[in-house]
Amino acid sequence: MHLFLQQIFSGLAAGAIYASMALALVMIYRATDLVNFAQCDMAMFSTYIAWMLVNADVPYWAAFAITLVVSFIGGMLIERIVIRPVENAPVLAAVVVTIGLLLILNALAGWLFTYTLQEFPSPFPDRPLFGALMTTRDLGIIAVTLVMLGLLFVFFRFTTIGLAMRAAAQNPASARLCGIKVGRMLAIGWGLAAAIGATAGIMVAPILFLDPNMMGGVLLYAFTGALLGGITSPVGAVIGGLIVGVTENLVGTYLIASQLKLTVALILIIVVLVFRPNGLFGTAIVRRV
Amino acid sequence: MNDSAAAIATEKLAIGGIAGLRVDTWRRLGIAALIVLAAALPFGLSNYHVFELTLVMIYAIAVLGLNILTGYNGQISLGHGGFFAAGAYAAAILMHRYGVPYWATLPAAAFVGFALGVLFGLPALRFEGPYLALVTLAMAVATPQTLKYFSWTGGQQGIHLAKAMPPPGLPIDRDRWLYFFVLVVLLIAIRVAANMLNGRTGRAWMAIRDHSIAAAAMGIHTARYKTLAFGTSTLFTAVAGALSAIVVGFVAPESFSLFLSLSFLVGSAVGGIATIGGAILGGFFIEFVPNFANDISDAAPWAIYGLAMLLFMYAMPRGVVGSVGPLVAWLRARTRRSAAGEQVLSNSTSAK
Repeated sequence: MHLFLQQIFSGLAAGAIYASMALALVMIYRATDLVNFAQCDMAMFSTYIAWMLVNADVPYWAAFAITLVVSFIGGMLIERIVIRPVENAPVLAAVVVTIGLLLILNALAGWLFTYTLQEFPSPFPDRPLFGALMTTRDLGIIAVTLVMLGLLFVFFRFTTIGLAMRAAAQNPASARLCGIKVGRMLAIGWGLAAAIGATAGIMVAPILFLDPNMMGGVLLYAFTGALLGGITSPVGAVIGGLIVGVTENLVGTYLIASQLKLTVALILIIVVLVFRPNGLFGTAIVRRV
Repeated sequence: MNDSAAAIATEKLAIGGIAGLRVDTWRRLGIAALIVLAAALPFGLSNYHVFELTLVMIYAIAVLGLNILTGYNGQISLGHGGFFAAGAYAAAILMHRYGVPYWATLPAAAFVGFALGVLFGLPALRFEGPYLALVTLAMAVATPQTLKYFSWTGGQQGIHLAKAMPPPGLPIDRDRWLYFFVLVVLLIAIRVAANMLNGRTGRAWMAIRDHSIAAAAMGIHTARYKTLAFGTSTLFTAVAGALSAIVVGFVAPESFSLFLSLSFLVGSAVGGIATIGGAILGGFFIEFVPNFANDISDAAPWAIYGLAMLLFMYAMPRGVVGSVGPLVAWLRARTRRSAAGEQVLSNSTSAK
């Protein structure tokens, strides 16, 4: 029982990372109907920015804040410069552009920062808590994620710009008629997604160690979490991400050798999706003839 | 040539077209010239370049399979690397374990590809858009892990294969023989794909892609045709995989990573997803652009590759053939119109 609870908690910590990335994916999907394959490499790049700052003796939380701002601006710039030209192109062209962006960011990071593993500091000491049920680090990751989700909720629910962004995502044409600058809202959405990714990257870097391929595995889990929750539902993305984290951990502990845990976890989730093809919290797409 | 045939030929020459020839005729001539060029090419190139071109054709077959599914039926797949691997391993295991001659593994790989595709296509019926992308992506990621896990796939080390030799008595070497072997398979694949796509099946696939509800209302069995599209698509890709195992002489789990699946998708998008000719251009892109990027920048070749993808998509969001195709269609329509006009003219003169 102790082992079981331990696995659940460490699964939740991993799941918090997947949930953040899933949320970033959902934000972009809702706004532009596009799965951003470069999301995780954007997060990786942000983490390198934080790493440079920390190495330059900037205090941890200051480096954290600066990284979020830089990532936000970087995300907006990517939307304006890289994604904009294929805004009205076929979906596959946009998908290929995000794959290209993934390759560019990954190669650039390798070129600038080399492929060696780098240690990344954690503000949370790695101490056991509650009779070794979880560590302070896991608790810290979960707490930071929760704070971030709370802030996002407040932003979308109670601010004018949050409302404008929701309007732009839901119905761009009507939003534009109401005087909302839809293009700018899309850019802000990309900026926010990049900042969310940066948070997740900084949280996961002390555990995985930093290298250009750090987030490669995370992309699939985040994507799975987003779809399990329903690609149109932010709440679903968070819950989906947590479920994926816990499932992955439990499968690895109880079911099968860890080489196949990814495969088995994916099969389980696909089976769930066969019965709920729009995810747990997603809405079915209704089409007219 | 008898007189009437000659008369028809001259009449055809006389009406419309570019330089007195119809666009259709030009197209046929172009295709014939390409085939002649493809047949002549290996004699003027080094062995390594012949090998590279052989790989281009193999990728072209794989991308053609993906085009059938994504371009003509609207189902996205990020997992065709998995079916490519299935074909490659089917061929490798048959050759290595059961001593089957290499050419005989192709039908087996085709069968494996079709069966897996249909099995996979059945649950895929429930998924659309990003959900199908996830399910196929999951397959692409799981492929190398699964191949490593089992011992009959050779595990981590993979399987080394005996070299496929040209039939005794033929005065060409191995690389050129395999080039022609793959060329013949490519031509058959293109012919089969063109026949399916221009016929009833192709029309049904495209109707489903464009509007599945309307297609169902017209009496198209949507589920059956979508599953068939999946099976046909994976059949092509698995055959390409088998060819790659024969040509490279080696299969290992790491060759079939997610990156391979994404490469197919990129090749498909660059060439033009709903085209046949685009598949060949896609093959060239997959094989040569990474090398080319390596020549430009040793430090970050993949950044150059990514940049090339971006630029291609900005310049031609519908792919090369997808963007040139409308131009050809316009030319053809124009020459038809002028042909029809001249027909009317000649009729009126003969009536006098």
